[in-house]
Amino acid sequence: MNTATYETAGARTVAAIAARGLHKSFGEKTVLDGIDLTVEQGTILALLGPNGAGKTTAVHLLTTYLRPDAGEIRVAGQDPEKNPQAVRRAIGVTGQFSAVDGYLTGRENLKLMADLHLLPAAVGRRRAAELLERFELVEAGDKPASSYSGGMKRKLDLAMTLVGDPKVIFLDEPTTGLDPRSRRTMWDIIRGLVAEGTTILLTTQYLEEADQLADRVAVLDGGRIVAEGTPAELKARIPGGHIELSFADRTALDAAATLLDATGRDDDALTLQLPGDGSVSTLWTLLNRLREASIEVTSLAVHTPDLDDVFFALTGRKGA
Amino acid sequence: MSTITATASPVITADARSHAFAHARIMLRRNLKHMQRYPSLTLMVMLMPIVFLLLFVYVFGGTLGSGLGGGMPAGMHGGRSAYADYVAPAIILMAVVAAAQGTAIAVAQDMTEGIIARFRTMAVARSSVLTGHVVGATIQTLIGVVAVTGAALAVGFRPHANVAEWFAALGVILMLTCAVTWLCVGLGLSAKSVETASNSPMFLMLLPFLGSGFVPTSSLPTVVRWFAEYQPFTAVNETLRGLLTGTKIGDNLVITIAWCVGVTLVSYVWSRRLYEREPKAK
Repeated sequence: MNTATYETAGARTVAAIAARGLHKSFGEKTVLDGIDLTVEQGTILALLGPNGAGKTTAVHLLTTYLRPDAGEIRVAGQDPEKNPQAVRRAIGVTGQFSAVDGYLTGRENLKLMADLHLLPAAVGRRRAAELLERFELVEAGDKPASSYSGGMKRKLDLAMTLVGDPKVIFLDEPTTGLDPRSRRTMWDIIRGLVAEGTTILLTTQYLEEADQLADRVAVLDGGRIVAEGTPAELKARIPGGHIELSFADRTALDAAATLLDATGRDDDALTLQLPGDGSVSTLWTLLNRLREASIEVTSLAVHTPDLDDVFFALTGRKGA
Repeated sequence: MSTITATASPVITADARSHAFAHARIMLRRNLKHMQRYPSLTLMVMLMPIVFLLLFVYVFGGTLGSGLGGGMPAGMHGGRSAYADYVAPAIILMAVVAAAQGTAIAVAQDMTEGIIARFRTMAVARSSVLTGHVVGATIQTLIGVVAVTGAALAVGFRPHANVAEWFAALGVILMLTCAVTWLCVGLGLSAKSVETASNSPMFLMLLPFLGSGFVPTSSLPTVVRWFAEYQPFTAVNETLRGLLTGTKIGDNLVITIAWCVGVTLVSYVWSRRLYEREPKAK
């Protein structure tokens, strides 16, 4: 039997990335304190965490950039400790800091990648042209990469990663510092890659991004995985959402506070927080009680739990 | 059972070697493109020895040439034109060292580029990045040497070497280039910043002065003379001068070869180790 197989309970799926008990310290400082990760083939795992949680170090260990102090890794079935070059042949990495050659043009950067993958020259040229097209960089294709905007550099960086047609891709904070439009474009590209069967591990400090893209989310904090599951599973771990009522004046706020079992009140903003999942029947009951008591409500907001709440509940800190 | 089959076929060595060669060629092309696109560093390292040549021949040359006197090698007579013959080999060595200093800067600068981090996670032969730099630097050095030699000829340098001696001189220059370039690659890799990398090879620039390059060692005060007689540039300088102008070489050729091979080997091993050490986490 092949040692490269990691099966999850029940399902006959295979891990493209698997890690057990990864430890890494830099001098006295422990950055990763025993993390386990599994990413099944053709899925996206988001490694979510604040700055300094160890996300980048985890990516460095999984991509042969750094070696773990302890722990076992398989990427595309290969052990980076025994055969780093085999891992490198299977993966593509887009790091947090743009890894393009600023002196070369976008097209030359892509050609450089094609050459290093030892693709025939004609194939490399065609591949470069296709990728420039796909990433909307045709116009800038023959300008030096140092003249590109942050978003363009990111796109070129990812395009360079794709030249070798990697089966497993690592993206370290792929949208940090991008404007909202570029972020959307990047998301579309990432979704497209997974639709083609690529496995992706991405790190992010944006909860929304993990929610939008990932099949599974692992929350990393202080060098440990503090929670793991689908975005829905993680949200389910947080007790319900809440309803927020706003009032026109203090009298109304006081009256409502006496009437209802509020879990929180804000005298300055004139708001009350009530437990509740925002279902229609809950809202009807609530609004009927207020009307019977003749209390005027200026606005009502239903707050469903998002990953921010999950993060807060798990780590005791607000997310980014 | 469906698995990701671990095709753990050990990479065949011959295959790996041909990849290393192909990758080194690709990296060389990248380095040459950098030089061609941003020629200011190349021009700077080329112009500096020429400025020194003009300074020493036209400003100091008259006096220094007459002062060569008794210490002057046989067959040379005083004056500016004699001094041009005397100083030209030192200026050529200076061109080699200046280019190597440029290499230290280029390597240090390259290491700050994100693309090097990318190469580390790609199936790229490890040695190819450095080999690309060294071969690129050698080409750059030879261009510099040709330019400097041309300038020396224009200001009155009259070598009387035959074809074999010219080739031997080229061989000496290549050996020295190899040694100081690998040394500067190591200095560039070990430098914490690009500024450090441009300063640390400075001592190499001084060595031709503290030898027989500009004045005969016999004219130097005792301590300096002792240093000058044993430091490698004197041997290289005397060998090159002998090959080009017919002065006595003696055992300087053997000493030159020993120094160059030694420095090359040590610097090569040192540089490879520096490049392959675990990168610092950002």
